[in-house]
Parts: sequence; structure tokens; C-alpha cells
Amino acid sequence: MTDTNLLRREIKAGEITVSNVSKCYGADRFRKDVILDCSFVIERGKLTVMIGPSGCGKSTLIRLLAGFEQPTTGKLELNGVPITRPARDRLVLFQETALFPWMTTYDNILYGPRARGEVTPQTLELAEFLLNKVGLRDFRKKYPPQLSGGMQRRAELARAMINNPEVMILDEPFRGLDAMTKELMWEYYSALYEENRRTNFFVTTDIDEAIFLADRLLIMSNIPTQVRAVLEVDVPRPRKLADLVENDRSNEIKMQALSILHEEAMKSFSRGSKAAADFVEAYSKRVAKS
Amino acid sequence: MALARKPVFTSALWRGLASIAIFLILWELGSLSKVWIKWDSFEWLRNALTAVGLKPLYLPWIGAVPAPTEVLHAWLKVIHDPGYWQSWYMSLFRVMSGFVAAMIIGIPFGLLLAVSRSAYGIGFPVFEVLRPIPPLAWVPASIIFWPTQELSIAFVTFLGAFYTIVINVVGGARSIDVRYFQAARSMGSSQSDIFWRIILPGTLPSIMVGSAVGMGITWEVVVAAEMISGGGSQSGGTGGGGLGFFIWNSYVGGAYEQIVVGMISIGIAGALSSELLRVIGKRATPWLRLR
Repeated sequence: MTDTNLLRREIKAGEITVSNVSKCYGADRFRKDVILDCSFVIERGKLTVMIGPSGCGKSTLIRLLAGFEQPTTGKLELNGVPITRPARDRLVLFQETALFPWMTTYDNILYGPRARGEVTPQTLELAEFLLNKVGLRDFRKKYPPQLSGGMQRRAELARAMINNPEVMILDEPFRGLDAMTKELMWEYYSALYEENRRTNFFVTTDIDEAIFLADRLLIMSNIPTQVRAVLEVDVPRPRKLADLVENDRSNEIKMQALSILHEEAMKSFSRGSKAAADFVEAYSKRVAKS
Repeated sequence: MALARKPVFTSALWRGLASIAIFLILWELGSLSKVWIKWDSFEWLRNALTAVGLKPLYLPWIGAVPAPTEVLHAWLKVIHDPGYWQSWYMSLFRVMSGFVAAMIIGIPFGLLLAVSRSAYGIGFPVFEVLRPIPPLAWVPASIIFWPTQELSIAFVTFLGAFYTIVINVVGGARSIDVRYFQAARSMGSSQSDIFWRIILPGTLPSIMVGSAVGMGITWEVVVAAEMISGGGSQSGGTGGGGLGFFIWNSYVGGAYEQIVVGMISIGIAGALSSELLRVIGKRATPWLRLR
């Protein structure tokens, strides 16, 4: 049995359907619609990336998918079963690290199986495998504050994957890492995905990250959040970082996505969003260059 | 040991020794000043003070305090007195029993207040009303309430540490990041698992801070309680009364050098207990000392 099979043998990829979901906070005069009549499918075994302007309600959507909050109207289903509470079949990686600082890397990774009383020789084997896979074998006895930002994210990936979730949900997990670390993380992460083909849902504001990772790209509108466009990123895997520059198909999709995002930014800019102004300016410079 | 051995004579140590030496020298000089300065030349000041109705003998002057050499002399004598060591033992015993009781009751109580909304609603208002009452204000009431002198002193010391520990535990448990709970719940943690593996270790740093502060208060309280209550008067003499009573007894008996001996003994005892707590704290929270 090869190492790859170790990770793949138990994979059960789930599919999440989001139908006509709305979420609003406050009531009456103070009511604010964050998500409005939003529908999409996170397809089985694919890496779906959601990209949208910052502050567009993506994190709210994540909390709904995780089951920490319930939608105002509409429904979210995993394999046809409504999502009502957090569970290990949908694990979330948040923007900031949520590694338990009082546990070593190894204890962090084994947290889920221990909490459920499911520590078997197989689990321990998987823990070893994952430690290797994310390059933390020599750091197993270190505490999170001793790890670099990139290592922390990798430890967290491993901690989620050992639970063998049907869907992995990642909320801007590589935000705040420096550019080189980020690229390293893309490689780690996409290699892990390519190996097990679990259903992944990845939220980002970074267009390069989106194009490099995605099978499908959901482009979101500004608040209230809706899906503006769906692009299939049909660039073959395994992908290389160089693809981002050299692959024509990659660039084509990127320009397409950017123009949709630009349109969205223009709309919110005209509604007085300052954040959108930066995007509009950056976009016009980039288009002028190419 | 994986840790490299630290050099003993670091510059920090030298600075510490210099600090103590300078302090002792200034003190000795201050005490000697009563010999150097001829009071006769200050006769006019004395007269002036008497004229406005003050007693000139009671002017505050460092020369009135026994010199460190005299204190050392008294100390060397008292070291052979089992009563002195009995005082150490009694005070330490009272501090430790009060402090340990405060930990045993305070930590679970604080965690309960932090975890349960209804426990907080019922318990916290009373706690908040009792908290501002200084432990020493409890001395008379606790002498009436507890059957023995010993228990009443232990109770007052207990109060000294209890409030600080509880407040820190509640604050610490409440400030645990909600992300840890979300992550734990997502991975299938049960309530008890969350308590033992998230809330308890997450509160440990605050428990340590609360204990360190509480230990300081305990020493303040025990000494005062011993002075007020006569330090378990049934034992009598300097023996068995604790360091607080040792000081008081020296004062009453006119052994002024011994007062300072008692004071310094308390300083040393307090520093030792703080150091002990620091060592335990470091062992209990290994993730905090590593960066």
C-alpha cells in the first residue's frame, strides 16, 4: 500500500447545495441583508474557489456552511441532509489560526480523534503521514507559538484532514502570509488536494490564488452576497506556479474574472464604497499594462 | 538536559548584588548618622520645636532605626532560638493552608461562574459585594465564628487569596477565543472534553497570575492577622505566634533589632513563595515561555 492510498482510502467526498439562502442581521430599520437569495452548488470532489470583494459577506456564508449560524431563509444541505450544527463532516479553516496554543503540534493534530475517542493504530499512522505531508515531522513537539505563520497553517490543515471531513471549508486561510510563503502554501495545499480529491471550498480575495487553485470559480457580488458568475478553470493538474504567468488559459480566465470583479467594484464604487475605489484603480492600471 | 547550562555570574546577578550592597551601605550610613551629627548643634531646632508644642525626640530620623550590623547581630542570636523558626513555620503553614484552600475552592468556583450563566447570575452579585471587604475586616467576625484561633487566621488568609484567584479565573476563562470553541465543536468535542482540554488549559495562565497576586496578599494578611489576634496566644512568648507576632512581641519587649529581623524574614519568605509559584507556573504552562 503506498502512502497516497493511506489518505485516499477513506475519502468520502460530499456535496453541498445552497438554495435561496438569505441572512440578515438586526430588525426593521436596522435590518441589514448580508446574503440575499444566494444559490450555488459546491460540487463533489472539486475544489471550488469563491472570490469576491472584501467585506462582501463571504465569512457570514462560511459560518452558515459550518453550522455556527442558521440562515434567515433558504436552506443549506450536505448530501441532501440539512446543515443544522457544526460537525466533523464539514471542517473550517479560519483566517486566523485556531490551533490550541497549549497543545503541541502533534496533540493539536490528534485533537479530533481523541475528542471522539477514535484513536486507532490507523489514525496514528495517518497522523504520521500528515505530519510528513505538511513538512512538520520535526516540529511535532513544538507549541504553536514556536511555529512560523506558514507552519501554523499547515498544522491546521493536517488537524482538519485527520478527521476526514466530507467537505473542507477554508476562509482566506493564507491571508496575512508574505508572498513567498503564500506560494509555498498553495503548492502544499494543492498537492494535498490533488492527492485525495476531497470536496474543497476555498474563499479568497486574491485572484492569483483563486486561479491557481480552483476547479470552479464562483465570483460573488458585493453585499448583499450573490453569485455573479461561475467559471470553470480547465487548466490541467498538477499545476505549477509558472502556469500563472505562462499558461494562456490561466491568463484568459484571470482577465475574464477580473473584468467581472471590476464591474462589481464599479457598481459598489458608485454606491460610495471606498474599498472598491482601490480595486478600480488597480484594475485600470493592470489593463493599461497588458 | 537539553538546556544549555546558564552562566552563574551574569551581569544581572552582579547588578542584583550591587543593588543589595548599596541599600545596606546607605542604611548603615543613615544609622551611623546619629553618631556623626552632634545634636548639640541643633539645639535651636529642638527649642523651636518645643516652643510649638512638638516633642523633638520623635522627629523621624533614620538614625532611630537599628543599623544593619546590629540587626545582623540580633539575627545571629535569634537563629539559635527554636521560637524564631517556629514563627517561620507557623506563618508559612498559615499562608500555605489559606492559599491552597483558596486555590481548591476558588478555581472550580471561578470556572463555574465562567461556564454557567445561571451560576454567574446567582453567585456573582454576592461575590461582588463581599469582595471589597478587606480580609482584615473579617478578623473579629472570624474569631467569633471559628472555634480556634488557628482556623480564624487561616480563614482570613484564605480570603486574601480567594477573591483575586476567582476574579482572574472568571476573566481568563471568558477571554478564551471563541475560535477555539468553534474548532473544538466542529471536530466533535463533547462538553466535558471542551472543559478539560480547552477551558481549563486556556484559563491556566490567568490562574497563575491570580495565584501570584493572591500569594502576595496572603502574606500581607497573615502578618496583620497574627498581630491583631495575638498569634495564637495560647502558645505564649515568641514561640508559635508566627512572624507577625514575632515582630509585635519584639516591639512590645523593646527588642528593636528583632523587629527588623522579623520584617526581613517576611520579605525572604514572601520572595521564596513567589519563586516557588513561578517555577510551578512555568511547568504548568510550557507554551508560554517558548517563543
